[in-house]
Amino acid sequence: MAQVNQGVRETMYPQAAQTFYRTLSQIAISAVTPIAAVLVALAFGALLLWLNGFNGSDVVTVMIFGSFQDMRSVGEILLKATPLILIGAGLCVAFRCSIWNIGAEGQLYAGAIAATLVGTNFDGLSIWVHAPLVLLAGALAGAAWAGIAGYLKVRFQASEIVTTIMLNYIALILTSYLVTGPMRDASAAYPQSARLIREAWTPRIVSDMRLHIGILVAIVLAVALYIFLQRSSRGFALRVVGLNPHAARYAGMQVARNVMIAMCISGAMAGLAGAFEVAGVTHRLYQNISPGYGFEGIAVALLAANNPLAAIVSGGLFATLRSGSEVLQITSQVPQVLVLVIQGMVILSVVAFAKLRDILRIVA
Amino acid sequence: MSQKPFLRIENIRKRFGPIIASDGVSLEIEEGEIHSLLGENGAGKSVLMSMICGMVRPDEGEIVFKGETVRFNSPREAIRQRIGMVHQHFMLVPNLTVAENYILGQGSALRVINDMDKVHAKIRELSDRYALDVRPDAIIEDLSVGEQQRVEILKVLFHGIDLLILDEPTAVLTPQETDRLLSLMGDLVKDGKTVVFISHKLDEVMRVSNRISVMRDGRVVHTVHVGETNARELARMMVGRDVRMELPRSPEPPGRTVLSVENLTCRAETGLPAVRGVSLNVRAGEIVGIAGVSGNGQTELSLALSGLLPVDSGRVMLNGKDITGLDPATINASSFSHIPEDRHKHGIVVSMSLSENTILQRYDQKPFASGGMLNRGVIGEHTRDLIKRFRVKSRDENQAIGSLSGGNQQKLVVARELARNPDFILVNQLARGIDIGAMEFVMEEMLKQRDNGRAILLISTELEELFAICDRILVMFHGEILGELPPDRTRLDELGLLMAGQTEQPALAS
Repeated sequence: MAQVNQGVRETMYPQAAQTFYRTLSQIAISAVTPIAAVLVALAFGALLLWLNGFNGSDVVTVMIFGSFQDMRSVGEILLKATPLILIGAGLCVAFRCSIWNIGAEGQLYAGAIAATLVGTNFDGLSIWVHAPLVLLAGALAGAAWAGIAGYLKVRFQASEIVTTIMLNYIALILTSYLVTGPMRDASAAYPQSARLIREAWTPRIVSDMRLHIGILVAIVLAVALYIFLQRSSRGFALRVVGLNPHAARYAGMQVARNVMIAMCISGAMAGLAGAFEVAGVTHRLYQNISPGYGFEGIAVALLAANNPLAAIVSGGLFATLRSGSEVLQITSQVPQVLVLVIQGMVILSVVAFAKLRDILRIVA
Repeated sequence: MSQKPFLRIENIRKRFGPIIASDGVSLEIEEGEIHSLLGENGAGKSVLMSMICGMVRPDEGEIVFKGETVRFNSPREAIRQRIGMVHQHFMLVPNLTVAENYILGQGSALRVINDMDKVHAKIRELSDRYALDVRPDAIIEDLSVGEQQRVEILKVLFHGIDLLILDEPTAVLTPQETDRLLSLMGDLVKDGKTVVFISHKLDEVMRVSNRISVMRDGRVVHTVHVGETNARELARMMVGRDVRMELPRSPEPPGRTVLSVENLTCRAETGLPAVRGVSLNVRAGEIVGIAGVSGNGQTELSLALSGLLPVDSGRVMLNGKDITGLDPATINASSFSHIPEDRHKHGIVVSMSLSENTILQRYDQKPFASGGMLNRGVIGEHTRDLIKRFRVKSRDENQAIGSLSGGNQQKLVVARELARNPDFILVNQLARGIDIGAMEFVMEEMLKQRDNGRAILLISTELEELFAICDRILVMFHGEILGELPPDRTRLDELGLLMAGQTEQPALAS
């Protein structure tokens, strides 16, 4: 009897409509929770500012919208978004495979070093060869740097959380050594490498803005990684390994190989971000070429719920907040520490809401 | 007998969702006795004892201890009433010392640490009194399983108990350690303690108990004095139940040998020997069962056959090809299907969709993938077809498999494994945790596969399952195949004795 009733109910609502409704509600839950997370964090930020004697809502408004003044400032946001999207999308792949790569910062530096080496040498190549070669070198170096941690994990079960953090320090110190030692531009007062050869520079989108084609590459790669994860056989295996390594082994998947692939993809993306910073923005290697993009990329992936497509949006958001905080520093008395606290709150709130989203998903 | 019982359990009921673990259990334990609880897996022994020691709260019923009705909210409250339990899975912190484990959660840490010398002295005294060989400063992870168990027993003695419950304590012990434990139980009783001993093993129960209660389907079906019974009768009480299903036997004699295992040896993940020289053959068109109490090497045998556990020695041949020690991908591709014991660990990825779970092994093979990309249309169609053919109750193929009932999950696993067109199917626990309807369905599917000439090895702790569909039954005990029997219900007690490791009973000679 019960089964008959069930059957009747199912015919009353056509299958397609049901599926549509369910998909819609899932999308709503996926999209609304991160937005809510950001809003809650900003509200807390405003409260904190108010407690410190500032007009909280005004400051938060500046933080979000202050940087949208003209095309140039939008370009600056997109410039900051480029490494965040690249790193965030790459980390989505690693996190989907349950690889906790905390070393994007180090992989970024490894990419920047390799890009500088290639970009300051090989004079006489055409721009069509030299510029892509620089980026390729950066990506490969990032992948190799991440590959060290991947190898230690699959070979010795060394925790990648520890090894990637340690490799961050090594990459940073290596960069310092190189720009103060062997790669130093002797004519400069400040420790920096020689300038990259013109042909090695990443082309700009508009000649009088710093924004380069890296943003387009970042978006295309994020889409490509989304398709890779969701639609390809290899992406499927990565996800199975991430969700249930026992089932992956049972199914005949090679866990170690998939771990290495996920690690190297995320490393390559971070390395590429480093190459773009050198070849597209600074044209030289400095000690502090990244203001912590590698760490912020983790938050980008987190806010995107490990979906590379969503990393485009969340990367853009973090870039906006970063630009907004710079505007704040110039236009108001708000100490930078408070701005950092608000950014931290966004991350904490995202984590809390991610848990909430999982609960809602199950209910829905 | 006129005296008030030491512990009286009255009409206890406990449900876990749809599963009835205790179905109105009543039991009396007398002071100073060793009372054994005997029963198959899932008969409700451990749950019942967990309720007595405060781990689980009963839905209904009463527990009367020393004349007072008690209701424990935690094991600590039970300990305070001098009831202690040693669980099958030890509850010790591996990187602390014995003494540190004992004082965990015991009042103010500072005060206890100041009294550490007294704690050590008390442990040494108890250890000497019962010859337990427990050193208070030993680190748990350095101890063997047998030693850890003595540490657990001493822990409850340390807290002071009158009633000691031992949940299948001998399952993890060597025969020598078992002897030692059994004599310890005698010493405890001499000291005025009362012991409840949960076990499957008939010989141990016969050796040590005063009285024995047999549990089946969440109830106590018999309580007898040890002098009034024998192992044969106990075996029948333990496994004997009404026949629920009688499925047709194979009409055809079996064909060529599909799987042959010779002298297979392997170790468990803990490094201890688990499979000790198993040899068996499975021919086309037959279902061979392996009966046995869980933990006798069946898990490791199935993992080793499917390439998930390294083989120490011996040989596995499939269709005349040596597949010993090959990787799971190669074995999967050799007409080998595996319905695993632990569905959630190996069989499925709970948060993935039905579609994704059906292509777990063939995600990179045609027609499900081409050019490195998944063919979602083909996968969806294939999954819908399996859902329909195996009557998997679900919304659609995109639903997460974890949201289905256990029975429907298992149907999908069975569907996936059979759809791979295997010559050999390894099944470990076909019907575990699934409802009767689904059970009947998957069993009938297995029989169809057999009639189509597939070779099936069915490992199970459920005798019902084995009797229903097997053509012959091997009994596994302590990593070895002890014997082979036809699926003849009149020889149930013989099977029960083999499962308990008894091969040389004079009563069986005839």
